Amino acid sequence: MKRHFARVVLLVLCWSLVSVCWATIEAHPFPDDELRSRYHSLISELRCPQCLNTNLAGSDAMIALDLRREVHRMLLAGHSDNQIRTFLFERYGDFVLYRPRVTSRTILLWATPALLLCLGAFVFWRVVGAGVDRQRTPRKPGEAARLQRLLNDR
Amino acid sequence: MHRTLFYVPIVCFVIIMGVLAWAFTLEDASRLPSVLIDRPFPAFELPIVKTGVLVTEQDLKGRPALVNVWATWCANCLIEHPLFMELKDEVPIFGINYNDDTDKAKAWLRRHRDPYQFSIVDIEGKLAIDLGVYGAPETYVIDAEGAIQYRHVGIVSREDWELTLAPLLSRLESR
Repeated sequence: MKRHFARVVLLVLCWSLVSVCWATIEAHPFPDDELRSRYHSLISELRCPQCLNTNLAGSDAMIALDLRREVHRMLLAGHSDNQIRTFLFERYGDFVLYRPRVTSRTILLWATPALLLCLGAFVFWRVVGAGVDRQRTPRKPGEAARLQRLLNDR
Repeated sequence: MHRTLFYVPIVCFVIIMGVLAWAFTLEDASRLPSVLIDRPFPAFELPIVKTGVLVTEQDLKGRPALVNVWATWCANCLIEHPLFMELKDEVPIFGINYNDDTDKAKAWLRRHRDPYQFSIVDIEGKLAIDLGVYGAPETYVIDAEGAIQYRHVGIVSREDWELTLAPLLSRLESR
């Protein structure tokens, strides 16, 4: 009985090792840190074509795997970040860019923050400005004098 | 003055929501047309599955044809396979064996029969990337010059064939 138990334990231990053997690490070696950081920023701002809302870095899809390898290869071959973005854009279109290009269709997207900031500044100016104005202007003629009298009486 | 200012954020919110809702209707994110429409087929020189003979994009020219991206790991490819078997005498079908093991691919073609003129071995998916492939199955319509005319993502159903691919092919034939 005891021997059986030992065998089962051994078997379970062996099984647990199998998953470790199956695990693969996608090793993309880089000669220096600059290339590596460019690689990571590229794969985080490029979108996996198959997954609708995941970047290349976060996807296990086969196409993401292939595209990561391609980005790695192009970086090592000395391509610039923009060349790599263009390479993917030519094949997968705007879809692949999480940082959209500025075009007539996306101009609203880029301009909205500035527009909202202006709008906010305008509202702030009107609200605060109006408050300050009210504090400064006496409401009725003679009110300032009356106020002064009240203060003197105290 | 105060009351109008009070409504400004609400109006802004409604406008932004309206713009976003409208933008969502602009395109169906699951049906992205290829950006390569009307462009020549990407250049390649790769072996074919059965014999290992090298072929290039020139070998796809001659007649309007279908180019089908398939793999042995792709379960959906088996679903559209019978239709391709029916169509293979009607239209040339070229295969791209995508990210696959060539021996497995050979066995797959033996077991399920081969509807393709030939299947291009694309182990690293480089040709697939040049084509803008998302995954398998995917089917392209090319004209006699090899220029890409249409991309179909997913299984080609009989309906897709009859309503979209066949009319397009006959239009290309008569051009």
